[in-house]
Amino acid sequence: MTPVDPVTMWTIIIGLAIGSYALRFTFIGLVGDRPMPPWLLRHLRYTAVAILPALIAPLVVWPSATEGQPDVPRMAAAAVALAVGLVTKNVLAAIFSGAATLYGLLYLIG
Amino acid sequence: MAFTTSKSYFWKGFRDGTPFVFVAIPFGTLFGVFATEAGLNIVQTMTFSATVFAGAAQFAALQLLQDNTPTMIILISALAVNLRVAMYSASLTPYLGAAPLWQRACAAYLIVDQSYASSIVRFEKEPELTVPQRMAYFVGSVTPITPLWIIATYLGAVLGTQIPESWALDFALPITFLSMIGPMMRTLPHVIAALVAITVSLLTVAAPYNLGLLIAGCAGMMAGAQAELLMERRKAKA
Repeated sequence: MTPVDPVTMWTIIIGLAIGSYALRFTFIGLVGDRPMPPWLLRHLRYTAVAILPALIAPLVVWPSATEGQPDVPRMAAAAVALAVGLVTKNVLAAIFSGAATLYGLLYLIG
Repeated sequence: MAFTTSKSYFWKGFRDGTPFVFVAIPFGTLFGVFATEAGLNIVQTMTFSATVFAGAAQFAALQLLQDNTPTMIILISALAVNLRVAMYSASLTPYLGAAPLWQRACAAYLIVDQSYASSIVRFEKEPELTVPQRMAYFVGSVTPITPLWIIATYLGAVLGTQIPESWALDFALPITFLSMIGPMMRTLPHVIAALVAITVSLLTVAAPYNLGLLIAGCAGMMAGAQAELLMERRKAKA
């Protein structure tokens, strides 16, 4: 709990605030309604279905809470959430079945 | 008339964005707790959450700060984690780019995983939407999240370390995003894009500064785009 040097901390906070906003603004603000080439649009259609699974996969296989050890309740919860989402197309139903699986198995297995 | 239809799209967005409060609350609380543990005071923690407004990047920065990483490396890696919002911004531009600049400037601040995920699905499904309707939907989708994210950060910072590990809040993020991925698998190229991204992300997990995420994301997008091209060509031949 050593206090962080305030100059370092504020440099990081302000730098990230400006940098994050710049990342968000670049396309939507500067490109605006100028047409973008078809090949770029074709790639952009797959941004979400590529980035989100890539963000999640390592967290499922090597969860940080178990220090990277694969973990049955978390794997099962992930599988249930994905499967229920695929079948029902209902995000909320998938979240609740995933959470129920996680808590149920954590309770049973410990 | 245009005003009332935009208003109804605001509420449609609000409704579609509401499930994500189950991410924003635990994630914001966790950030407050971690930031306090890392030695940030409450003003720093709150400024961080309110201005950067990007959970994964904020966590990455805190983690690196605790490992005594040089400031410049912390900035670059946290922004690399956040590079995906630039991709989201690019992906939303065909739909929202014709809005007035001040609206786009405000919308830019609100581009997060959740608002992007809700909006892109709606915009693709309903291509006939007008730009004001889309903007209303987009802002609506993030309205339930932003205040709760900031309040939850505050609660986490105040509660400090009192949340037991047995709550397994670490897994709120994976479950929520996985739940969003299922309904996104509308065509074969979508499935291919996701499978390639997952495989590459697991192979590149050791890459420094979270670059694996960007490599995997690009690989998935390229796979999806190529699959789409191939399928179109086959259809054209048949």
